[in-house]
Amino acid sequence: MTHHKPTLAVYKFSSCDGCQLSILNMEDELLDIAGALDIAYFLEATRAERPGPYDIAIVEGSITTPHEAERIKEIRRQSKVLIALGTCATAGGIQSLRNFTDAKAYAQTVYDHPEFLHYLDTATPIAEHVPVDMELWGCPVNKGQVLEVISALLNNRRPNLPAYSVCLECKRRGTICVLVDKGIPCIGPATQAGCGAICPANGRGCYGCFGPTRSTNLDSLTNILTKLERTPGETVRLFRGISGYAPTFRETADMLLKEAK
Amino acid sequence: MPSDRSPEIGSTVSIQKHIFNALLEKLKTQGYEVVGPHVENETLVYAPIQKLEDLPRGYVTEQEAGSFRLVYTGHTRYFDVIPGAQSWKQFLFPSHANLFNLKKVNGAWEMETPKPTAPAYAFIGVRGCELAAIQIQDNAFLRSDFTDPIYRVAREKAFILAVNCMHPAGTCFCASMGTGPRVEGDADLTLTELEDVFLLNVGSELGRNILAGLPYESASAFVLNAANRGLERATLQMGRSMDTSDLPDLILNNLDHPHWRAIGERCLSCANCTQVCPTCFCWDATDTLSLDGNQTRRERVWDSCFNPGYSYQAGGNTRPTIHSRYRQWMSHKLGTWKVQYGTFGCTGCGRCITWCPAAIDITVEVADLRKEIR
Repeated sequence: MTHHKPTLAVYKFSSCDGCQLSILNMEDELLDIAGALDIAYFLEATRAERPGPYDIAIVEGSITTPHEAERIKEIRRQSKVLIALGTCATAGGIQSLRNFTDAKAYAQTVYDHPEFLHYLDTATPIAEHVPVDMELWGCPVNKGQVLEVISALLNNRRPNLPAYSVCLECKRRGTICVLVDKGIPCIGPATQAGCGAICPANGRGCYGCFGPTRSTNLDSLTNILTKLERTPGETVRLFRGISGYAPTFRETADMLLKEAK
Repeated sequence: MPSDRSPEIGSTVSIQKHIFNALLEKLKTQGYEVVGPHVENETLVYAPIQKLEDLPRGYVTEQEAGSFRLVYTGHTRYFDVIPGAQSWKQFLFPSHANLFNLKKVNGAWEMETPKPTAPAYAFIGVRGCELAAIQIQDNAFLRSDFTDPIYRVAREKAFILAVNCMHPAGTCFCASMGTGPRVEGDADLTLTELEDVFLLNVGSELGRNILAGLPYESASAFVLNAANRGLERATLQMGRSMDTSDLPDLILNNLDHPHWRAIGERCLSCANCTQVCPTCFCWDATDTLSLDGNQTRRERVWDSCFNPGYSYQAGGNTRPTIHSRYRQWMSHKLGTWKVQYGTFGCTGCGRCITWCPAAIDITVEVADLRKEIR
């Protein structure tokens, strides 16, 4: 075995930079990361950039322009392991709301010269363009999960990422169910754990930024939520949020809209 | 009156309500961390309490399937609130516990096992169903062949002040399960709240010791009668009931019944029922490895049979569908638990009914299953 430290590249696509900031916010662990990995490309952290190939590429953001669609292919070619970081990269993020509407009409309303814009009609997750080895959800991601994935890669083991819903995290931290206790619409029962149940712990419902769980019952949850709606269409808006383009949430919102018609 | 007198074990005394503060004070001086029902962020939790006024005086809870509301009515009683989502489980079987740490030193792993510690808790307001739940968890964690050191350290030191339930909630069915509304298990003190006084039944030497020197009177026949009448009324006011006469056979002989699938269509598999259940004891062990691979920490966390990862093993998931997970849970509570421990794993507290977002009601499901079979 050589003593070569694995190289890391961190890329940004269409996104707010919040997930990259979550890496930089790991103040206590950052030195350990820098000790374990050779940071070769991470513009948010350093101007120094070294050419690929890289052992690990972490990609933030969704694909929203023709240029990005090309660039991600090149990054894939340069990377042994590619991790999609955050809900923009795993589901399209908040900008994928354009997928449900006419992006051109918005561009014409907002810009004087929309003809100068080069954009795709949709904002799509990385996995729709290139094979992705691992997806970390969240808006932003949870730093513990980022560390867990890096640690798993470095130590050649499977990462320990939860398959259960946010409800279990609420109960473990002693948070009282906002849905049952206050009648607040919450999609925590259908949302992947990992955030630590931040929103319910602060008295609001979960809006699903960690994406759908693999095993849940969206039909039943929709029945419950439509009865709790404080304004018409609230359930659709809950599902069609940050993770709204994730397949099961997308289908749920589509179905509700079809029923409403 | 002599100040060092103390009541006999088994006797019932009456105290003025404000004297309860002296009782709490005494527990604190003896080193107890006193916890009880408390209103926080407009809901009901079990939290440290300092004085009588920290208890939810004037509140009631309205509980139905899938719905809980804490309501202030302004009545003058301190113990009318039927418990919410939290239970004493969180103190005896904490949701997170460090099991051990491993460290690689000179190429060899060194293990450090932290000695379990817990405060001496004084639980104020343990209901009959909750006391039964503690005894059910005792059966799992304090066996003759194996004891759980984390549970044991908290359990052995705990002081229990139980409360007879005078006003059960809509989802309560303890009368069916034989655990309430009258406290039947071993408590250090058992309290019954009347309009003007607290009655305290002395259950242990510890309870006797706490009352020693406090101004109490022996309970008159009149107040004892009032308490009994209140408890009889409470039995009749029970929001729900469950026929247990044909359990566990009803469930264990019908594991392939189509009714399980019908429940699976409503169940969210969110795990709420198991987490609020005061007897559910399942946990997972998670390892957190340092980046350099030289240190790891193993932690025990609450888990649930509704977590798809819970039944995942080599070869796949043994309970891949939601209905199979629900069936696992209910057939354990009302079926195999009895085979395993000799009691049901359900005390009739109603939490799983109240806190199920999908309003699945274990009493209704048992009744429906029975109806469909006949």
